[in-house]
Amino acid sequence: MATTELPSSITPAPTEFRDQTPVSTKVANAVSWGPGKYAVWLIAFVWTIPTFGLLITSFRPEDDIKSTGWWVWFTEPANVTTENYTTVLSDKVGGIPFSDFFWNTVRIAIPASIFPLVIAAFAAYAFSWMKFKGRDTLFVVVVALLVVPLQMCLIPLLRFFSGSFFPDQLEGVPSIWIAHSIFAMPLAIFLLKNFIGSLPGEVIEAARVDGASHMTIFLRIVLPLSVPALASLAIFQFLWVWNDLLVAKVFGGGARNQPMTFALVDMVGNKGNEWQLLTAGAFVAMVVPLIVFMSLQRYFVRGLMAGSVKG
Amino acid sequence: MSQIFRSLALVGIGIIVFVSVLAILYWLASRLPEPWRERARVAVFVGPGVLLLLGLVIPSLMNFRYSFNDRNDEWYGFGNYRDIFTNENNIKVLTNTLWWGLLVTGLSTGIGLLIARFADKTRGEPVAKAAIFLPTAISFVGAGIIWNFVYSPKEYGLLNSMLQLLPGEQDTQFFLQESSLFGMQSEWIPGLNTLLIMVVIIWIQAGFATVVLSAALKGVPDDLVEAAKIDGATENQAFYKVVVPYIKGTIITVMTTTVIVVLKIFDIIQTMGKGGSFGTSTMANEMYEQAFPQNNDGLGAAWAVLLFVAVIPIVFINTRNQRAMREGR
Repeated sequence: MATTELPSSITPAPTEFRDQTPVSTKVANAVSWGPGKYAVWLIAFVWTIPTFGLLITSFRPEDDIKSTGWWVWFTEPANVTTENYTTVLSDKVGGIPFSDFFWNTVRIAIPASIFPLVIAAFAAYAFSWMKFKGRDTLFVVVVALLVVPLQMCLIPLLRFFSGSFFPDQLEGVPSIWIAHSIFAMPLAIFLLKNFIGSLPGEVIEAARVDGASHMTIFLRIVLPLSVPALASLAIFQFLWVWNDLLVAKVFGGGARNQPMTFALVDMVGNKGNEWQLLTAGAFVAMVVPLIVFMSLQRYFVRGLMAGSVKG
Repeated sequence: MSQIFRSLALVGIGIIVFVSVLAILYWLASRLPEPWRERARVAVFVGPGVLLLLGLVIPSLMNFRYSFNDRNDEWYGFGNYRDIFTNENNIKVLTNTLWWGLLVTGLSTGIGLLIARFADKTRGEPVAKAAIFLPTAISFVGAGIIWNFVYSPKEYGLLNSMLQLLPGEQDTQFFLQESSLFGMQSEWIPGLNTLLIMVVIIWIQAGFATVVLSAALKGVPDDLVEAAKIDGATENQAFYKVVVPYIKGTIITVMTTTVIVVLKIFDIIQTMGKGGSFGTSTMANEMYEQAFPQNNDGLGAAWAVLLFVAVIPIVFINTRNQRAMREGR
C-alpha cells in the first residue's frame, strides 16, 4: 500500500544526529586531516563575513556608514550607536512606521502556525485511529497533493477572497491565515499521520475499552506523545510564515496589512542606499528566527528534513 | 502602540473563534443519537482538514483552466504556452531557471559534502557547522539585503573594495545590473547578476546540505572505511568509492530539496533583481509578476502550470529514493 511506504522523516528517533564516534578515532582523524580542517575553518569564516558586516554596519553612525566600509570600524571601535534601530522603528514605509510591520508579522505568523497544526493533528488522528469509508483513498489524495506548488492556487484563491469576503476591519489578516493553512495542510497531515499512526495501538485500544471518547484520547494521550513531531513541524511552519513574502503580498491587500518582509523590499526599492535603515531593519526581521535557530537547533534541523518531501 | 494592541486583539479573536468553532461542532456532534454520533465526530475531526485541502484542489483545477485564457479572461487556447516558449524574454526566464537548478543544486550539495567531510571529527566541528548553517534561519529577503550590501557599487561595497586591491585602475562595478557575462549577452547564458544572486542561495543551501550530509556521514560504519583502506584504498578513494555510494540516498534527498527551493525562487529576485529586471527573472518570479503587477492572469496561470510540471518528476524521484532508503536500512 503506497500510503505506508512513503517517507516519514520525523518519525524515527533521530539517533543519526548524535555523534557516536569513539574518542580515539576522533583524535586520530583530527591529526590526519590537517589541511581539510583549515579549509573548513576558512569557509566557516568566509560564510559569516556578510552577516557580520551587516551587523556591524547596523551599529555605526549614519555618516560613517556612508563614507567608509564597515571593516574601517575596527580602527575606530568606539564609534557605535543604537540610533539606527530607533530610527528605523519609526521610519515610515508607505506612510506606516516600520514597527507596525513587525506587529503585522507577529499577527500573521502566530495563528498561521497554530491553525494548520491543530487541524492537521485532528485529521491525522482520524486517519490513524477512526474508522470511516474512503479513509485510505482520502489519505492517498493528501499525499498526492504534496506535489502541488502553492503558485498553482494563488490566482483562483485571490479571486475567491477578493471583494468583501472578510470585512475590512479585519485588515486582510484572515485570508493570509487561511491561505497559509491551506498550503501547509498536505505536509502537516502527512507527517503527523506518520507519527500518530505509529503510536502504540494497545494504549489507544485500552483507553477505548475504558470508555474514553476520541476527544479525550486525542487530548490526553495522543497530543502529549506527539510533542516531538508537533514541535518540529511548528518550528518549520513558523519560520516559513515569518519569513514569507509571497503569500502576504498576494493576499494581504494594501501596505497597511503587510509584514516586515514587504516593508524591507519596499525600502530596498525606494531607499536602497539608506543602509543605516536597511541594516537595522533587516536585523529586526532576523532576530526572532535567529533566536529560534539558536535555542531549538535540534528541532530546527528535523523540521527542515521533514519539509524535504514537499513539492 | 495602538498597532500592538490591534495586532494582539486580532490574534486573540482569531484563536478564540477558531477554538470555539471546533468545540461547538464537537459538542453538537455529541448531542446526536447514536448511529449518527460517531459519524459526526469523524466529520468534526477530519472535516476542517478536508475543507482546507479542497482549497488546494479546486483552485489548482481552476488554474489549469485559466492558463488557456488571455489577459482579458477570453479563450486563448495554447497561446500563453506558445508565448512562453517563443518569446525571447520568456526563454531567458526558462534558461535562467534551468541554470539556477543546475548550478545552485550542484554547488551547494558539493560544497556541503566537502565541508561535512572535512569538518567530520575535527575539533570545534559544531561551531564551524553552526556558522555555515546559520544563514538557513535568515529569510531570503534578509539574505538579499545582506548581499545587496556586499555587491553595492559604493565605496562601502565589500566586493568592489576587494576589486580595488587588484593591480591597476579598477572601474566600479554595478554588479546587480550587469546582465551580460563578461561581455557575452544571450538568452541562453545567465548574466553576471544572476550568477551573483545564485551565490546567495548557495550560501544558504550549502548550510542545509552540510548539516544533513554530516549526519549521514556519522552513520557510515567505521569498519567499512577501514576495510577499504586495508585493501589499499587511499583516503580519497575510500571516500568517493565507499562513503559517497553509502550515503547516496541522503545526497539525492538534499539535491531534490534544493531543486524545489530553487524552482520557487521569488523573494530573492524581488529583493536583489528589482522584481526580475536586468534579465534576472525566474519561473516563480515571472508567475507573480505576470499575474499580479501585470494583471495577466492567463500568462501567470500558465507559468504556475509549468512550475507544477517541473516539480512532479522531482517529487517522484524523491519519493522513490526515500522508499529505497528505508528498505535498504
